[in-house]
Amino acid sequence: MDINLPALFGQLLIGLINGSFYALLSLGLAVIFGMLNIINFAHGAQYMMGAFAAYFLLQFAGLNYWWALIVAPVLVGGVGILIERAFLQWLYKLDHLYGLLLTFGLALVIQGLFRHQYGSSGLPYQIPPQLTGVRDLGFTFLPNYRAWVVVFSLAVCLGTWFMIEKTRLGAYLRAATENPTLVRAFGINVPRMITLTYGFGVGLAALAGVMAAPIYAVNPTMGADIIIVVFAVVVIGGMGSIMGAIVTGFGLGIVEGLTKYFFPEASNTVIFVIMVIVLVTRPAGLFGRAA
Amino acid sequence: MKLLRTAILSAAMVTAGAAYGQESIKIGVLNDMAGTYADLAGPGSVLAARMAVEDLGDLVKGLKIEVIGADHQNKPDIGSNTVRQWIDVDKVDVIVDVPTSSVALAVNEIVKEKNKVFLVSGAASSDLTGSRCTPNTVHWTYDTWALANGTGNAIVKTGGDTWFFLTADYAFGHALERDTSAVVIKNGGKVVGQVRHPFPGQDFSSFLLQAQASKAKIIGLANAGADTTNAIKQAAEFGITQKGQNLAGLLVFLTDVHGLGLKTAQGLIFTEAWYWDMNDANRAFAKRFAAANRGVHPSMVHAGVYSSVQHYLKAVVALKSAADGKAVVAKMKEMPTKDVLFGEGSIRADGRKIHPMYLFEVKKPEESKAPWDYYKLRATIPADQAFRPMSEGKCPLVNG
Repeated sequence: MDINLPALFGQLLIGLINGSFYALLSLGLAVIFGMLNIINFAHGAQYMMGAFAAYFLLQFAGLNYWWALIVAPVLVGGVGILIERAFLQWLYKLDHLYGLLLTFGLALVIQGLFRHQYGSSGLPYQIPPQLTGVRDLGFTFLPNYRAWVVVFSLAVCLGTWFMIEKTRLGAYLRAATENPTLVRAFGINVPRMITLTYGFGVGLAALAGVMAAPIYAVNPTMGADIIIVVFAVVVIGGMGSIMGAIVTGFGLGIVEGLTKYFFPEASNTVIFVIMVIVLVTRPAGLFGRAA
Repeated sequence: MKLLRTAILSAAMVTAGAAYGQESIKIGVLNDMAGTYADLAGPGSVLAARMAVEDLGDLVKGLKIEVIGADHQNKPDIGSNTVRQWIDVDKVDVIVDVPTSSVALAVNEIVKEKNKVFLVSGAASSDLTGSRCTPNTVHWTYDTWALANGTGNAIVKTGGDTWFFLTADYAFGHALERDTSAVVIKNGGKVVGQVRHPFPGQDFSSFLLQAQASKAKIIGLANAGADTTNAIKQAAEFGITQKGQNLAGLLVFLTDVHGLGLKTAQGLIFTEAWYWDMNDANRAFAKRFAAANRGVHPSMVHAGVYSSVQHYLKAVVALKSAADGKAVVAKMKEMPTKDVLFGEGSIRADGRKIHPMYLFEVKKPEESKAPWDYYKLRATIPADQAFRPMSEGKCPLVNG
């Protein structure tokens, strides 16, 4: 097979872009799992809600993409907080399985409601006018919007990592996961912190949804299509590892991009093959610590 | 879905009569009720079948007719199981619609084995009336050959003579790619490459880059539903059309155009069998349909379900029995077809329903006067040229 180098670089770049979505989504999952011990299967539905929120904001409130980037995650995160208060808070002491089943059920309900209301073929959403156009990089064409996606999601990922690993707030959070009773004894409102963390994780999913709206079809199944891959990313990176989620997200995006070039038919299975290999050789994931 | 089913069942019970003795007819609409093809077929097809029965009025008075629906999730195994259960346990007489060619091909075999009737509206593979044709199947609305012939011819003749295919990696995509390649080559064009993407896909940018690198003038999208809309959306993002390459959506439905928005979809050229805004009868149907389908207008698949169910019931009434599937289909082929949506036509010996096909272009946003006003007619492909000549189909019913 003759390898066309420019095309290969192009694929690497595309992989990086898809990786940004994987990273953003798996980051939210990792935060929620790390702090709440909940396997948030509703993450895909929340990502989808973010994209729909962007559409509604434009359609009914006249708020453009840039506003949606801020408002949609807050709105959907708010819904997440309600979900946490109403359902999830009762499950922390139980096995992971309960949280998984509950969030999976919620995802199906949310997806079903959206499909019932808006159908399956999706809604139109345009790229913001400031970011239309394509840049010729010599070896490939890079749409300005995709460049923005990579830069912005990298910033959000690193910001989140910094907040959780390097700030006082993050230290409280991590301490609260280790030993909630002790942290509470220091006068910190642990349940509220947990609630807000869930809201934050959900907000991250919604943010990814807003970023996806101009390039992927905004339809009720968009979350279900991507969430399985994202779970594989989280498993490969190591459940609950923040940096693991980020690095694996981008890394697997690139691997997938390469597969799309060399053997396109396998491009949606390659991540699972890697997952199997990782699970067999390093069950805790590449960045996880064995329990 | 369950609610709908119960409602239809109870409605059917009320009209139950005894004119045909024990004769009751069960119509099973099998399609994708929730996934990527749910808007272009889905619950709308159940609605269309029900409207078809209602509109026959006195003709079927006294017949006990039930319309039921189920979701095959685009999976051949699920589709096959449902059909077996429908026929063996629920005594379903006719299977209708079945988009997703891989499922349709599986159902095709079962229906033949059980001697029932299969009315295909949603599936595209031209193999259903070609190498895999059966005496129990009628392929109503469109097929990959007709799409390829309509769109491929028009594009090659206007200079689009080098092609690269973006193909959904299953029976339908392969058939569409094969049939379109044949048209391109026949007209003196050239196929420079293809890439097979997993179904359903999400991100097509890698594949689009490969298409771009091929320098082909035309990128043929041999896929459907959300795959097509995603590919078109992302091609616009990558500025592929500004760089001189053009997209050919080989199978585009009204609902896809709606999801894309005219701004992105404008100028697309493709072939369809039916459009709601072509005449008064279609518009009247669309108005009733949309009112019961949250405003979503009927696709050609819905229209095909409607008119195929009507023709089926007319044949059953003429035969006074639905028991022998092969006999019913033979009767359907013998009778000329006539209904408000597809007008007059016929069914060939290989099971292919014959009618004109239409080449449409998507309107510019400023040309669209009302919601769902999306297409303008570019050309009509007369019925005798719209479908593959029977002699080229390799259908064993005809040749052997």
